[in-house]
Amino acid sequence: MPKSKSAYSEPSKVSKPEHHIIVVWVDNEAGVLARVIGLFSGRGYNIESLAVAEVDKQKHLSRITIVSVGTPEVIQQIKLQLGKQICVHKVALFKRSDENILFRELALIKINSSKKNQEKVKKACKKYNSVILDKSKNSFVIQVTALRREIDKLVQTIRPYGLISISRTGAVAMTRGPEVFK
Amino acid sequence: MPKLLSGAEIVFKALEDHNVEYVFGYPGGAVLPIYDELKNHKSIKHILARHEQGAGHAAEGYARSSGKPGVVLVTSGPGATNVVTALADAYMDSIPLVCISGQVPTHLIGTDAFQECDTTGITRPCTKYNWLVKDVNDLAKILHLAFEVATSGRPGPVLIDIPKDVQFKKGPYTINKTKVSKSLNGSKAKENISDKKIDQLIEMMKKSSRPIFYTGGGIINSGPKASKLLRELVALTGFPITSTLQGLGAFPGSDSQFLGMLGMHGTYEANNAMHDCDLMINIGARFDDRITGKLDEFSPNSKKVHIDIDPSSIGKNVKVDLSFVSDVDIFLTSLISRFKSKNKNFVDINKNKIDKWWDQINKWRKKDSLGFKNSNSVIKPQYAVQRLYELTKNKETYITTEVGQHQMWAAQHYKFDEPNRWMTSGGLGTMGFGLPAAIGVQLAHPGKLVVDIAGEASVLMTMQEMSTAIQYKLPIKIFILNNEYMGMVRQWQELLHDKNYSESYTAALPDFVKLAEAYGCVGIRATKPSELDEKIEEMISINRPVIFDCLVDKMENCYPMIPSGKPHNQMILGPEEDKEEVSAEGKILV
Repeated sequence: MPKSKSAYSEPSKVSKPEHHIIVVWVDNEAGVLARVIGLFSGRGYNIESLAVAEVDKQKHLSRITIVSVGTPEVIQQIKLQLGKQICVHKVALFKRSDENILFRELALIKINSSKKNQEKVKKACKKYNSVILDKSKNSFVIQVTALRREIDKLVQTIRPYGLISISRTGAVAMTRGPEVFK
Repeated sequence: MPKLLSGAEIVFKALEDHNVEYVFGYPGGAVLPIYDELKNHKSIKHILARHEQGAGHAAEGYARSSGKPGVVLVTSGPGATNVVTALADAYMDSIPLVCISGQVPTHLIGTDAFQECDTTGITRPCTKYNWLVKDVNDLAKILHLAFEVATSGRPGPVLIDIPKDVQFKKGPYTINKTKVSKSLNGSKAKENISDKKIDQLIEMMKKSSRPIFYTGGGIINSGPKASKLLRELVALTGFPITSTLQGLGAFPGSDSQFLGMLGMHGTYEANNAMHDCDLMINIGARFDDRITGKLDEFSPNSKKVHIDIDPSSIGKNVKVDLSFVSDVDIFLTSLISRFKSKNKNFVDINKNKIDKWWDQINKWRKKDSLGFKNSNSVIKPQYAVQRLYELTKNKETYITTEVGQHQMWAAQHYKFDEPNRWMTSGGLGTMGFGLPAAIGVQLAHPGKLVVDIAGEASVLMTMQEMSTAIQYKLPIKIFILNNEYMGMVRQWQELLHDKNYSESYTAALPDFVKLAEAYGCVGIRATKPSELDEKIEEMISINRPVIFDCLVDKMENCYPMIPSGKPHNQMILGPEEDKEEVSAEGKILV
């Protein structure tokens, strides 16, 4: 008899996982997020980040942007499984490396430090469309928008200068040019 | 202004409009308004189960054998959690169920009220869709939608959770059936089957010298016409055909082109043909892991074609070369008409091309992989199924099963010539399925013979439903292959866990004959092969429920089998072969 003591077969070779952006248009009804996210957890798919909000008040349409890591086969399954849900109108799938897609994440960063360090932070944030949202004697809250890895790097740079809190959104995505995904 | 109805009345109006004959259920606090309304709707008969799981499986039996959706009615909390197993079972095997559950009043939702649970949350992963109806004005619309979702595309279970206050509240009843606004839901094939693609398939069929049809439950779900068309196609081509567990009966089991079931306990010829073929045409099956075995070595040299109504089934487990997202019925109609018009006398012309293939298949057949050593002193379980088949094959017989060795022996040795005659829990593998399912089958087919081929361990899980069978005078026959073990567990322990029979023996079984009598039905026991026929005939002749306790060989294993992690062409045919392998290993140790 074989060595395996399982009634199931061994996993077979898998291809290389890649980052993908999945955009899902759904009816904004009760439980819709649980339905979409439950599908990911139930079938063992990964979610790296998630952003969701209603984009059409009249039609009650929400747009969910999910960054996921998976093999091409798994990502294709995710798309088809999502597509079967009755609350889902359409599903778009993009590779993160796709040049035609724009991504942005937003982060709010709170700094509490000396004037000197504050200036260093402001300088570092400058190239990421930074906006100061709040100021007090020793602190300020700054908003930046950038790619995920840029924010990761920024946070590393400014952490020694009094960073006390950070809040980040998941990525949102949109295609370049006049076309929209049908 | 239309007349306003209470939520409970709306439920029944919708059931009537969908021609529901039976509701399988169990009352409780949160569904009392619906139960109160039952008396006003004489065309709908309520079948009182003894446990909500039993109600669910009975509804499945009804649906699987009739093709119509089964309707279940349960209360909140434990009522809903008890029905979850049946919903998950129906979801795995694509069976249309409409489950209505009561819920605590809306103002109490989320307060941990008595018998409250998050029913839509719990059932979301095991239903095709579910709804919590918070407004009575949405109720009619959702009920119609629920029936449509359950029965369209790839069928499946749905659940509608109705809070008690919504059942009381008055609202409008609308009859306009809401259409699911999108085609992606796997509703009737939206993909146009282009002639070009069909021609591509026909070309592949003509080129192939080792073709095989691999068919599944999708054909049964597509309806009786699909089974007829399949027979026509197989006859037109002269190709061999094998079926999954769920698809048995779609093609006649007694036909010479049928190679028997494939998969882990499939026949030697079916599995070898799957492994060695050069063209595999999968119609309505899903490349399940019990079928494919080791994926890397699954049918390595074949072109694969997949026809499935669910787009997410295609390419999920196995990459295919050509695919059609379609209802089997529609697909086969297009394929056959195109095939016939272009290929007159195909079978004769193509005979030479696939002759060698059939020779090879017949060589595999000679192995007689379903063969077993019969005995004069002890009833072999395979023999019991064979005798049951021989003595019932001339009647319109419906077979349900539980899950385990007896299920596989039934699939191997009982031959089904018609669809919807074989009801088994394939995907989820639910022990306790067969007895309540038989109740639903008998209701759908009054006067017909319904037999649950059972194991003693499985049947005890839902034994309480015998009481239901008695109440509604349903003469189901529970044919127990009693080996005192959870046979399949014991078999795996013998083969893979050094005969450590951990907890697989039931030390204190009831006396099934006395148990039958306690329920008010008839108990029969067979202990010797010589008395088997006579006792089976006695069972068939009794027009009441029967529990048949058939004492069989305790240590018999189910063969052939594909051991885990092995490809199709490395089957174990029987115990002898096992021993050889073990001793070879022993030699290495020495």
